Amino acid sequence: MQWETVIGLEVHVQLATQSKIFSGASTAFGAAPNTQACAVDLGMPGVLPVLNEQAVAMAVQFGLAIHAEIPEVSVFDRKNYFYPDLPKGYQTSQMYHPIVGAGEVEISLDDGATRRVRVHHAHLEEDAGKSLHEDFHGMTGIDLNRAGTPLLEIVSEPDMRSAKEAAAYLKAIHSIVTYLGISDGNMAEGSMRCDVNVSVRPVGQAEYGTRAEVKNVNSFRFVERAIEFEVERQVELLEDGGTVVQETRLFDPERDETRSMRTKEEANDYRYFPCPDLLPVVLDRAYVDHLRGALPELPDEKRARFQSALGLSPYDAGVLSATREMAEFFEEVKDTCGDAKLAANWVMGELAGALNREGLPVSDSPVTARQLGELVARVMDDTINGKAAKQVFQALWNGQGQSADEVIEAKGLEQVTDSGAIEAMIDRVIADSPAQVAQYRDAEPDKRGKMIGYFVGQVMKASRGTANPQQVNQLLKEKLDALC
Amino acid sequence: MHDKTLSELAVALTAGEFTSRELTEHQLARIKRLDGEINSFITVTPEQALSAADAADAARAKGEAGPLSGLPLAIKDLFCTEGVLTTAGSKMLGNFVSPYDATVVEKLKAAGMVSLGKTNMDEFAMGSSNENSAFGPVTNPWDAAAVPGGSSGGSAAAVAAGLAPAALGTDTGGSIRQPAAFCGITGLKPTYGRVSRYGIIAYASSLDQAGPMARTARDCALLLNAIAGPDPRDSTSVARGVPDYTEELDAPLSGLKIGLPREYFGDGLDPQVEAAVREAVKVYESLGATVREVSLPHTHYAIPAYYVIAPAEASSNLSRYDGVRFGHRCQAPSDLIDLYKRSRAEGFGEEVQRRILIGTHTLSEGFFDAYYTKAQQVRRLIRQDFLDAFEEVDVLMGPASPTPAFDLGANKDPVSMYLQDIYTIAVNLAGIPGISVPAGFVGNRPVGLQILGTHFTETRLLNVAHQFQQATDWHLRRPALVEETT
Repeated sequence: MQWETVIGLEVHVQLATQSKIFSGASTAFGAAPNTQACAVDLGMPGVLPVLNEQAVAMAVQFGLAIHAEIPEVSVFDRKNYFYPDLPKGYQTSQMYHPIVGAGEVEISLDDGATRRVRVHHAHLEEDAGKSLHEDFHGMTGIDLNRAGTPLLEIVSEPDMRSAKEAAAYLKAIHSIVTYLGISDGNMAEGSMRCDVNVSVRPVGQAEYGTRAEVKNVNSFRFVERAIEFEVERQVELLEDGGTVVQETRLFDPERDETRSMRTKEEANDYRYFPCPDLLPVVLDRAYVDHLRGALPELPDEKRARFQSALGLSPYDAGVLSATREMAEFFEEVKDTCGDAKLAANWVMGELAGALNREGLPVSDSPVTARQLGELVARVMDDTINGKAAKQVFQALWNGQGQSADEVIEAKGLEQVTDSGAIEAMIDRVIADSPAQVAQYRDAEPDKRGKMIGYFVGQVMKASRGTANPQQVNQLLKEKLDALC
Repeated sequence: MHDKTLSELAVALTAGEFTSRELTEHQLARIKRLDGEINSFITVTPEQALSAADAADAARAKGEAGPLSGLPLAIKDLFCTEGVLTTAGSKMLGNFVSPYDATVVEKLKAAGMVSLGKTNMDEFAMGSSNENSAFGPVTNPWDAAAVPGGSSGGSAAAVAAGLAPAALGTDTGGSIRQPAAFCGITGLKPTYGRVSRYGIIAYASSLDQAGPMARTARDCALLLNAIAGPDPRDSTSVARGVPDYTEELDAPLSGLKIGLPREYFGDGLDPQVEAAVREAVKVYESLGATVREVSLPHTHYAIPAYYVIAPAEASSNLSRYDGVRFGHRCQAPSDLIDLYKRSRAEGFGEEVQRRILIGTHTLSEGFFDAYYTKAQQVRRLIRQDFLDAFEEVDVLMGPASPTPAFDLGANKDPVSMYLQDIYTIAVNLAGIPGISVPAGFVGNRPVGLQILGTHFTETRLLNVAHQFQQATDWHLRRPALVEETT
């Protein structure tokens, strides 16, 4: 039987607010345990929450970016359950009236095709603390620094049909939130986590199969692997005549498998009800319009502009708009040198290669966009040739010089275009290579083209790469042909 | 000294008749002498009180005393007080020393008031007799066989017994007004949102409201001046200016339109209580008010609606008492579930457990709409009843409680205890203010007249209550206990 995979994602995005969603405590990552938890975060008797306006603005910005409805009124509810790292015994969330309504996200697939994934809604909620099971000798440590950190939970429709599409969707969300600057998107630190709902059904069947929810998957790669494992597991179960149980599962990246956490029968009744300590959030139109007006250019808009206005290929446009940092870097290189295609080639070629080798994000590139732009400009105005340009890039990467011009000057890489000087070098190479000259002379004229390469290489070497390659080629040909 | 009202004490301090330290020492001595039997305090804080009194005296010497400087008061043990045991009347918080002050406590400290200590109460403010305290029942200063009412029973008894000239209480379903009535003092529940809830241990968040308890309406006005107002730490506090609540106290009542809700004079009302209330209404007529009967047709739904909404909120509010971070923790838990179960079973009293169970049930999947959603609809109807009535009249009057203070141990059945709050509970559901003033006796037990107004009419309510106290002397009567020990 042919099976179709159906996937829906719940993505939790940690919003980059200064303080927590309901208290004034800092949200900075990595502080000593329980140093960033105030009386409100600790759920002390008598404390009350006060909603962080910045979190509201960020949620609305996200909604606007995915063309979602922004309801005038949204309401916070309490989700009640006991857990040691949940100080109040409930999580303040939005169950019935979320801040962001239905919207959609465009995803790009590897073949360059795009698809739309519908977003059911997105709601604001507070994060819980962390339970620490190591280093406590059979006990559990609780760190409440994270308790109360604002999260935006983005719930998709079950619109994805493959692990690749799910990963592409997650990347699209990542790119939107980082473009908006509403999250650092750092998955390793838990700033973006997702729960994956997976089911399979026979191709052509209208109703969905029973789904499993895989919790807390925290990388693009793990999302793909968790889905692949789940699909295989479910298909195998069904083909063996079994049934899929609705349950919550956990992905274990070390064993590359998902494991059952609890079934639906064991599921909690969260007893949601409106939080009486918080007023409904009422957004007036002027406020929403103001946020709309202040939205930055978003990834899909940028990608479209890179193609239409700059003439980049769909692939290049996709790569260069994938993150806000990459797009900003590219645009600065382009603005500095004035040529989009050359800028794209350098950013995606030499720069991306070096970044990959060192495992650095573009934001940590040792070569700044301005430096790279100036370097490209020197290639364009023939100050240096391509080969020298790579040397300049390497020097800048290694911190040997503040600018391309400084490196060119210091290393004497300026291109030699004086024909007298080039002719002198050619004459010397010809004089030093009698055997190769004889071979050239004896060869059929149509084979001579290939043989000229040796002489070009020698001349370039003699010039330490600085001779203008076109001039070298042309002058060599004239001189060698004159000998024939 | 202890027989003076807060306002009289303020005058005496200003005139230099005695110092705040002398006054505070006097009150502390009375507490020491009399509170063994009354049990109105859970914690007395002599050191803090005397140091606050000295600070107030010093401020006065420098000419920096405000209207409340150096005046003692008692604080219900539901208010968080920095560095002082804050128990909510529960074993669960029997070891809890708050790391911070509630907003109103902060305000009263800033006004120079002197806290004598923390008063006894029904556990987590759940009760109408103060018998649900983990720290023992409180006796009524008028009659040691009677309850003081609840849940602010300790505050009411302390004021009635002259242990403190005033106290802070909270009122979720009548917890200021009913004990005020039972103890023969004046107690005001302000409009929901008028006084900050920050730092008040939550029972039912959409109903809880703090208010003053004192001997006179004037004293309540003075205290309300200090505690009312918006608080950036409480989103449900209302951004609205605070008038001087003493300013209109002397306004004449001619033309005042009084409504008597038919439903507040029906079955279950003690005839002697009714007689006292009707007598009080006659006093108002003599002051120029007109009286008519009105109807609050959904009154009989108030108790059922309240006992859905309040326990629902309580079940969630009390989830934080899990034995993990503060409060009672059971001995040697075997695992996490054991820790939760035993800490909560040992820490919470019977009535609290009952309400947590009720609330947990009514919020459960499959029951939520039938209970919680329905109760919220009823709540809107009840509120509308009041708004309709206030289209016709300025204030509503009736009994604060269907009976005078009952005997300790008399109401063993929880439902008959719940019915005690029949005249007070709807007021919290509607969010309107209400005040109880002494209006006579049944035998030796006081009767309270309840006066209600629409939202944010505290100025009017205090004026109406004060005029009654100008025309009568019920509020000046003192239990024998006070006279004997003068």
